[in-house]
Amino acid sequence: MLKYLIEKEFKQIVRNSFLLRQIVGVPLMMMLVMPWAANQEVKNVQLSLIDNDHSTVSERMVQKVVASGYFRLTDVSENDAQAMRSVEAGSADIILEIPADFEKTLVNGGVGSVSIRTNAVDGMKGGLGSSYLSSILSDYSADLRAEYPGMMTTVGENLPTFSVVPHYAFNPHLDYKVFMVPALMVMLLTMLAGFLPALNIVGEKEAGTIEQINVTPVKKFLFVLAKLIPYWVIGFVVMSLCMLLAALIYGIYPTGNLLTIYLFATIYILVVSGMALVISNYSDTMQQAMFVMFFFVMIFILMSGLFTPISSMPGWAQAITYLNPLRYFMQVMRLVYLKGSGFAELLPSFFALGSFAAFFGIWAVVSYRKSA
Amino acid sequence: MEIERAIRVEELTKRFGDFTAVDHISFSVGRGEIFGFLGANGAGKTTAMRMLCGLSIPTSGVGYVAGFNVATQSEEVKKKIGYMSQKFSLYEDLKVWENLRLFGGIYGMSGRAIAEGTDRILNELGFAAERNTLVKSLPLGWKQKLAFSVSIFHEPKVVFLDEPTGGVDPVTRRQFWELIYQAAERGITIFVTTHYMDEAEYCDRVSIMVDGKIKALDTPRNLRSTFGVASMDEVFRRLAREAERKGD
Repeated sequence: MLKYLIEKEFKQIVRNSFLLRQIVGVPLMMMLVMPWAANQEVKNVQLSLIDNDHSTVSERMVQKVVASGYFRLTDVSENDAQAMRSVEAGSADIILEIPADFEKTLVNGGVGSVSIRTNAVDGMKGGLGSSYLSSILSDYSADLRAEYPGMMTTVGENLPTFSVVPHYAFNPHLDYKVFMVPALMVMLLTMLAGFLPALNIVGEKEAGTIEQINVTPVKKFLFVLAKLIPYWVIGFVVMSLCMLLAALIYGIYPTGNLLTIYLFATIYILVVSGMALVISNYSDTMQQAMFVMFFFVMIFILMSGLFTPISSMPGWAQAITYLNPLRYFMQVMRLVYLKGSGFAELLPSFFALGSFAAFFGIWAVVSYRKSA
Repeated sequence: MEIERAIRVEELTKRFGDFTAVDHISFSVGRGEIFGFLGANGAGKTTAMRMLCGLSIPTSGVGYVAGFNVATQSEEVKKKIGYMSQKFSLYEDLKVWENLRLFGGIYGMSGRAIAEGTDRILNELGFAAERNTLVKSLPLGWKQKLAFSVSIFHEPKVVFLDEPTGGVDPVTRRQFWELIYQAAERGITIFVTTHYMDEAEYCDRVSIMVDGKIKALDTPRNLRSTFGVASMDEVFRRLAREAERKGD
């Protein structure tokens, strides 16, 4: 019986040209565009300068800041009020103010201070922008110290200086793409294996064909299984396509085992499509199914650690993420891709995802009602 | 086990909240009989039929179809029946032969039986040329004939037809009833609802439902003489006039 049901599902999918285009188009779009857009590095911060000193030291400072590549000098103001107006007009994000007699103070052995003020409406840009700027300035002050030994120490003695050299393990160049690409694959799988089945059973309800099925002796389990299997196959195709694109375009290869990735993907697809079928069973119309699915997928993505680290969420939010299947798969993908983690280390995630799959699978069968 | 009657219903009732859609109906249908199930819109015909098909669980009362209880053995009932719903519900994005194959497969027919049955049906219907046509591009009358063929493809004991000829032209209706007679001759019990009173005359017996209750049940000839009128149409109008419920 299963054979005939699966055959039917595949024929319907193949004849749906919109679906086919989506299966190929969405991964392409996602892999070509998103890694560039979903980038958390802050660049092109607009800098407004108030230089009251007009000295060599101040000029070199500005050059150094601009040469870093993170800042663009978009505004030079005479005074504070004028600079604030540029911020309000949106042509400046950060104000760097150099006081009068800055150079003279330094040369005479005094403590020079510059002020940085940040527009923190965009917290990420403001925070990272001002910390970049501070670190550039402290670099510059170290340069100056080397040129004029003995100056610029606040308490008049030479403080021992040390520098911190960070070493970024598993992603040495701190390339966001390496970090984002495996996560984007997860997101894509969630969307395709989640939204398409959500529309499936409810689609049969709208077409009325479910009635003709319900009046047959078809086993609920087989019917639901036949609905899941095609999305499994689609998920595999999409996943493989994504990995191929990541390798070709960005040269990002999984450090770990490919089989581990496929194993987890297999279970994960079951989880999302199972959930989608549950929603489909409870919905009467496509709109309803779509909105409910969208609600969950949205929360899953935002609470998965895709964009923001889970460890920096408040305790209660962290607790919620344990109920989020996306969280586990996201972790697994990043660990396998970047760190090359083996199956043994991922066992807890394996059990978590396995339980989710069983839970939603059983629920999907139980909630599918052949009679009312 | 109930073997001599194809359908036996006692005091079958379905309530939705405080609305009683089907109100204690009782009747039985013999094997091979063509049983017409009449009633105005909203009289409760479809609800009653859905209970007999195991799609809807009765609130009270019992019903046996092909010897199985519709409330407790609905999956057994489903193996023995065919059903054609009021709304066309074959897969429009599957071809003609694919629909036959799917439903044959679901009822557990062998691949060979499906292939042979498909050839036979397509020839009988004169559909041989439409074998590979997507169902959505067939005209309505053809769709209905196909839906009927699918519903009896697995040789069920009883077939339930919910307004099978709605919206179909007179010639096709005539052909449709020929198909129904052929099926009945093979021993398949036919349970059919209709709004066409000329079709009621084709039935062995008819029941007329008003406001969830069966108000009359007999052969068309006896009904006409009981009510002292010339046609089923008048019998129906007499009874339907008493209805308090609004049609849908």
